[in-house]
Amino acid sequence: MNNFSQKYIPYLFLLPAMVMLVIFFFIPFFQTILLSFLDYSNDIYNPVFAGVENYKVLLSSKEFYTVIFNTFLFLIIAVPILAILPLFVAIFINQKIKFINLYKVIIYLPVVVSIVVVAIAFKWIYAQEGILNYFISLFNINPVGWLTDTQFAMLSVALVTVYKGIGYYMMIYLSALIGVPKDLYEAADVDGANEWHKHLTVTIPHIMPTIALVVTISSISALKVFAEIYVMTKGGPLNSTKTIVYYIYERAFENLDLSLSSAASVVLLIIILIFSIINVTVFEKKRYKL
Amino acid sequence: MIRKFFKGFSAHIFLIIISILSLFPFIWLISTALKGIDENIFEYPPYFIPKHFTFENFIGVWKQIPFLLYFLNSAIVAGFTVILNLIFSSLAAYPLARMDFRGKNFIFTLILVTIMIPFQAIMLPVYLIVLKLHLVDSYGFASGYLGLILPFAVNAFGIFLMRQAFLTIPKEMEEAAFIDGCSIFNIWRKILLPMTSPTLAVLAIFTFIGSWGEFLWPSIVLTNKSLYTLPVGVNDLQGLFSANWRYIAAGSIISIIPIIIFFICMQKYFVSGSNEGAVKG
Repeated sequence: MNNFSQKYIPYLFLLPAMVMLVIFFFIPFFQTILLSFLDYSNDIYNPVFAGVENYKVLLSSKEFYTVIFNTFLFLIIAVPILAILPLFVAIFINQKIKFINLYKVIIYLPVVVSIVVVAIAFKWIYAQEGILNYFISLFNINPVGWLTDTQFAMLSVALVTVYKGIGYYMMIYLSALIGVPKDLYEAADVDGANEWHKHLTVTIPHIMPTIALVVTISSISALKVFAEIYVMTKGGPLNSTKTIVYYIYERAFENLDLSLSSAASVVLLIIILIFSIINVTVFEKKRYKL
Repeated sequence: MIRKFFKGFSAHIFLIIISILSLFPFIWLISTALKGIDENIFEYPPYFIPKHFTFENFIGVWKQIPFLLYFLNSAIVAGFTVILNLIFSSLAAYPLARMDFRGKNFIFTLILVTIMIPFQAIMLPVYLIVLKLHLVDSYGFASGYLGLILPFAVNAFGIFLMRQAFLTIPKEMEEAAFIDGCSIFNIWRKILLPMTSPTLAVLAIFTFIGSWGEFLWPSIVLTNKSLYTLPVGVNDLQGLFSANWRYIAAGSIISIIPIIIFFICMQKYFVSGSNEGAVKG
C-alpha cells in the first residue's frame, strides 16, 4: 500500500458518519440559528432578515413565559423523584435475595414499552371516572381532574415520565453500587452501624458522581419532554402542560411559524448547553474530591 | 438469623410493591380489554377479573387496524436504523481509536458536540432538509422509509461507545495481521468487529429500543397511513375510537406484544449490568 492512499484511509472510515452528521446535525443546527433571525411573515419563499425581532416577539409573549415556567415545573417535579426513588430500588435490589432477576425485568419493563402506550394507559387511569379517582375516594377525597384541572395536569404528566424512567435509572445506580468496595461495609459493620447508617455514610458518598449523572441526564431529558404531553393533554388545559418542545412543535408544524419556532429552539439549545456545562463542572469537582 | 430474615423480608415487600406499581397500568389495560360489551368499565368499585370474559375487543380492533403492517413498518425502520448505526459507528470509531491523522481531535470534538444538540431543537430544519431531498412518503414507500431512518442513522454516542471498545483490544493482534498482509479494511472487519461483538450487541439493542419507540419524528414526517409505525398507529387509536376504551386498551396491548417478546429474549443485555456504558442523555 503506498503512502498516498495510506494518508486518506482515516478519512475514508470517517466519511459516512461525518456526511450523516453534517446533513442531519450541523446544517440543521446552523439553519435553526439562521431561521431565528429571519422573517417569513410577508412571503414564505422570500424571508427577510429581521435581526432580533423574533426574539423580541418571543420574549414579550406571555405564552412563552408560561411555556418556560411549565418546562421547569415539569423538571422540578420529575427530576428529584427520578434521582431518589430508583436509588432506593437499586439498593434493595443489590442484595443477595431471591427473584432478583424477576424484579429487575418487571421494573425495567416500562422502559422498553413505547411511551405512547404508557401515556394511553395512564390517561385511562387518570380518567374522571377512572380507577385513581376511585382509589382516592376511599380516603374521602373528591374526584380530581388529573388531566383536565390546570392545577394537577402537569403533576399527572410528570408522574408518567417518572414511571417510565424508574427502571432506567435503577440500572444506572445498580452498576454504580456494584463498584462500591465491600470492605467499606465490613468496616462500618465493625463500627456497629445499622443498615441505613451504612448507606448514608458509605453508599451515598461513594456514588455521588452517579447521583449527579442521573440528575443531569434526567434534567436534560425532562427539558426535551414531548410524547407524554402530545398523547395525554396536547399542552392543555389552558396551556398548563405546554412545555418548550411542544411549543416548538406546535409553532413549526401546526402554525407554520418558522421564525418563532426557531427562536424558541435556540432558547432550548442555550438551556441545554448550560445544563451540559454545569454537568461537566460538577463531575470534574466530584472527581477531584474522591 | 432472625435479623437476616427480616432484612430479606422487608426488601421483598418493597420490591413487590414497586413491581405491582410497575405492572399495574398494563394489567388495568388488559383487564379493560377483556371486559364484555355489557359490562360497565367505569363501575365503582373497579374490578380486575372480567365478569363476561371476551376476546371480542382484541378481534374487533385487529380487524380495523392493520397492526401487521404497522409492525412491519416499525421492523423495517428499526432494523435499518440499527444496521446503519452499527456500520457507521464502528467505521468512524476505528481511526479515532487507532490512527494518527491531521484533525483527529477536531473531528472527535465535533462528533461529541452533537451529543449536546437535542434533536427537538433542530427538527424543523431536519424536516426541511428531508423534504428537499424528497425523502418523504409522498414520493413513495422507499423515500418514506429513508426519511424515517436516515436522520437517526448515526449517533455520536454509538461512535463513542465503539471507540471505547476498540481501545480495549490489544494492538498486537492488528500488527500481526498487518505484517501478514491484511488490509486495513480487513483488519477492521475480521479482527476488530468480531472482538467487539458484545459492544455491538449492546449498541444494536439500545438503538433498536430507541428506534422502535420513536414517536415525535414519525408523527412529523408521516402523512400516509400505510407507513405508520406502531407508536404512531397506536396514538391514532385515540382519535379513531374516541370513547371506546375497550378497543383502545386492546389495541395498545396488541402493539406492545412484539417488544415485550424481544425484551424477554434479550433480558440479559438489559438487566445484567453489561449496559453500564449505554447511558444516553
